[in-house]
Amino acid sequence: MQSSLSLSFSPGSSSAAPAPRSRLPPDFLHIAAPQTLASLRFYGIRREVLGFSSLRRFGCHFSRRVHVVSHERPPRRLSASASDNGSASKSFDYDLVIIGAGVGGHGAALHAVEKGLKTAIIEGDVVGGTCVNRGCVPSKALLAVSGRMRELQNDHHLKALGLQVDAAGYDRKGVADHANNLATKIRNNLTNSMKSLGVDILTGVGTILGPQKVKYGKDNVVTARDIIVATGSVPFVPKGIQVDGKTVITSDHALKLEFIPDWIAIVGSGYIGLEFSDVYTALGSEVTFVEALDQLMPGFDPEISKLAQRVLINPRNIDYHTGVFASKITPARDGKPVTIELIDAKTKEPKDTLEVDAALIATGRAPFTQGLGLENINVVTQRGFIPVDECMRVVDANGNLVPHLYCIGDANGKMMLAHAASAQGISVVEQVTGNDHVLNHLSIPAACFTHPEISMVGLTEPQAREKAQKEGFEVRIAKTSFKANTKALAENEGEGLAKLIYRPDNGEILGVHILGLHAADLIHEASNAIALGTRIQDIKYAVHAHPTLSEVIDELFKSAKVHSEVSSPASEPVAV
Amino acid sequence: MAFSPLSNAATSATAKPTLSFSSSLYPWPRRFQSSAPLPRRRRFVSIQSKIREIFMPALSSTMTEGKIVSWVKSEGDVLSKGESVVVVESDKADMDVETFYDGILAAIVVPEGETAPVGAPIGLLAETEDEIAEAKAKAAAKSGSASAPPSPTKTEADTTFDTPAVTATPTPAIPQPPRATPGSSKPSGKVVATPFAKKLAKQHKVDINKLVGTGPYGRVTPEDVEAAAGIKPSKPAVPAAQPAPVAAAAAPSKPAGAAPLPPPLPGSTVVPFTTMQAAVSKNMMESLTVPTFRVGYPVLTDALDTLYEKVKPKGVTMTALLAKAAAMALAQHPVVNATCKDGKSFTYNSSINIAVAVAINGGLITPVLQDADKLDLYLLSQKWKELVEKARSKQLQPHEYNSGTFTLSNLGMFGVDRFDAILPPGQGAIMAVGASKPTVVADADGFFSVKSKMLVNVTADHRIIYGADLAAFLQTFSKIVQNPESLTL
Repeated sequence: MQSSLSLSFSPGSSSAAPAPRSRLPPDFLHIAAPQTLASLRFYGIRREVLGFSSLRRFGCHFSRRVHVVSHERPPRRLSASASDNGSASKSFDYDLVIIGAGVGGHGAALHAVEKGLKTAIIEGDVVGGTCVNRGCVPSKALLAVSGRMRELQNDHHLKALGLQVDAAGYDRKGVADHANNLATKIRNNLTNSMKSLGVDILTGVGTILGPQKVKYGKDNVVTARDIIVATGSVPFVPKGIQVDGKTVITSDHALKLEFIPDWIAIVGSGYIGLEFSDVYTALGSEVTFVEALDQLMPGFDPEISKLAQRVLINPRNIDYHTGVFASKITPARDGKPVTIELIDAKTKEPKDTLEVDAALIATGRAPFTQGLGLENINVVTQRGFIPVDECMRVVDANGNLVPHLYCIGDANGKMMLAHAASAQGISVVEQVTGNDHVLNHLSIPAACFTHPEISMVGLTEPQAREKAQKEGFEVRIAKTSFKANTKALAENEGEGLAKLIYRPDNGEILGVHILGLHAADLIHEASNAIALGTRIQDIKYAVHAHPTLSEVIDELFKSAKVHSEVSSPASEPVAV
Repeated sequence: MAFSPLSNAATSATAKPTLSFSSSLYPWPRRFQSSAPLPRRRRFVSIQSKIREIFMPALSSTMTEGKIVSWVKSEGDVLSKGESVVVVESDKADMDVETFYDGILAAIVVPEGETAPVGAPIGLLAETEDEIAEAKAKAAAKSGSASAPPSPTKTEADTTFDTPAVTATPTPAIPQPPRATPGSSKPSGKVVATPFAKKLAKQHKVDINKLVGTGPYGRVTPEDVEAAAGIKPSKPAVPAAQPAPVAAAAAPSKPAGAAPLPPPLPGSTVVPFTTMQAAVSKNMMESLTVPTFRVGYPVLTDALDTLYEKVKPKGVTMTALLAKAAAMALAQHPVVNATCKDGKSFTYNSSINIAVAVAINGGLITPVLQDADKLDLYLLSQKWKELVEKARSKQLQPHEYNSGTFTLSNLGMFGVDRFDAILPPGQGAIMAVGASKPTVVADADGFFSVKSKMLVNVTADHRIIYGADLAAFLQTFSKIVQNPESLTL
């Protein structure tokens, strides 16, 4: 990212680096900054890029000096062309070995090849990892079906559009095949994209034997200058719950859609639970949520979760138990239904027993680090996660950085999202090729693909208020409704809300939350603004096509009241 | 608890309930002063009435009235402070309105979908159960005095509460206690009801504890509640095109949809309707709303048969001949070609379009010979051939099967001598044609002869077509068939 950003400086400085790929000398920015700031005034949004990135350089360089004094990085050869999978430095088999070919590993591998590193990726299961095989990808296929079923079943809505449709039906096998075919297709795309770039795909479980040394399969050992651990996660199943894969299932099983129960209990009302409730209710199941916290959808901004409850829960055949743990779940057998024993989350008193046809455990995901050989490098997991610093460098039991070892994605637990893993992977590759890079996790959007969708980036309102109190600034909220949007009304989908949390003093965007038609696609304007440090007073002059849903966000920026219309560079990004 | 001094004064003066609601946006909108005078408050507490009004909140500075989007809670629900009770749509957005008091939602004054001005009472909150009845009486008075229509939910509630809902459950065949059904592991007698069943029970005020569950493991299903509430299943059935897979060993087999239906015999298969079959089913159900009657008529066909033999080599079919004959008869009796659209008037159709019923691919479709009275036999036959081809390949355009003004149905080729057709919606009459059979006929002079005779039977909408109309039409039709030369003109 750093190298591409440098491009935007060149118009302003006469001494611009000739080749975009070459690394800028550390002092370049210092010299160039004052000039470019002035000469780039007319570039509108762009000028923020400068302010932002000039501050970035303190990220990893700085901390590296502090923590790993002993380790000096050899200079990198960066002359290799992008499509060539370089040749490793003489003492190592590879420049980079990635353990785990999920979305995170794939993103890192592609970027590594672009950077001229000789790269290998080790996979003990199937290429694609959770996202492609047991997560985002097949679930989107199911949600595509559920969205259409919902449309076809909504007589009221169809009538309002003047449409007549007779009873909609579905074929379970066909739906399941669609999900499976999609996963296969994406998996092949992923594999082919790596093969065509010359990434070596090594099959077998990867184990770290020691610094810069990895074993895969039975006894193949490779050495690499740098190693990225990207082993991902598996569904987390709390104690007392017996998963039989038939009536008590996790998302892994549910995505195969082998059976559509009349009544399913979903334990956990986060993204996964919510998306599955959308699928199951569209296919005719009734759903009971079991949530340990006092409110459904606890991860979302409270206002959004309240609206979500009104739009996604209340009108559907869903009921819920909040503030309770499922202490024991027994699969259906011997003619008995699935039983779920509920205890009060606080007092641990038995509260209720549910009898349902199936139970889906969606209580989150646990990092998968089994057999990784962490003991060989003196790394102890924390709640199962591999501890890392803000640059994804692995920290050992004594609090020291493990040289040349990075961990990205679900295994480090910073942000358990496929695209976050990929971004972390790219960030690591930037670092090992000599560019400083800290990923701003607050700029990573998240989406829940219910109907309508929910998306968010940055802080929730309570988080923002807490931060504001600590740091002593004011927080304001702006909101717009999909009801006022022409395109949403044309689609007869006016239900929805966009919410902006910002600082009125300097126009910084702290968070954006959207519930409404295509919310998952709309969030990127906000996430890009946060990533680039664009202020409201600047972005509000950007033009949106009419009539589009993006005008919901346009309205949102325009309705914010910023005290000073003078733009100032964004504060330093903080990794979380 | 803090009360606004303003409404407090009103309360003590009139013993009327006080304002207690506030929106989440503007907490305590009417709390102008920080503290109410203490003696007053004490006096208020001693007043027996603890019924509070829920007002339409002002959600924005420009809002003058609000629409109730939905009541999150229903009558009889226990509310606790801070809970959302109602969703109000203002000129800007939908907002949840929370209660600032504990209590019971006694009555809904303004039902969902209706509008009320800001400050108008939209519901009543009672502190204890004893006050519900009182609150209801107030609500009735309120909705009477206010221009809002009387809340139907309330009166319904009163009556349905008293009648034991169980009596309506027509499932005597099911063994009584739910725990007797195999698999019910809870001997505690706890009623297990599905989420949708609970929702329906709340909506229709059915006491779920009194229901006998017919679902798997004796659970109360939505169908049980609907049966108890005496309503038809409203749930849009989501038909899975294939039976539940065996993947789940314990997957319970779904009981028959509506309670009154007997369970399917073991081994029976359920095949959902195709689109065409569903359309037929829908049309047939609709036809039940039309008062129909039937008139039969014998027609001698020797002359027609002779003509048919003559024109057959030229590609003329019997269908074309009959359609042409019917069309010509209709031209003389326009009322039989008319339609009754609204139950109040005759709609005379400008053209005579003969729809002919065709059995095809397990379905039934009626390609239409448009302007059958105007086209000559040969064109008509050609047209018919085209239509049948299109029907077979599912290429028929809507106007080619739904523009009929009169339908012809012929089962003669199967040897059926007479039958009775159902009048399709939107038409005035349908003619059912039986087989033409040699029959001994006595003429006016008493001479016997053997003639081919065919029975036709017309079903008609008696709102517009009366017996004499139909009889006259059939007489004309019979004359045309018996003197078929005019058909070739």
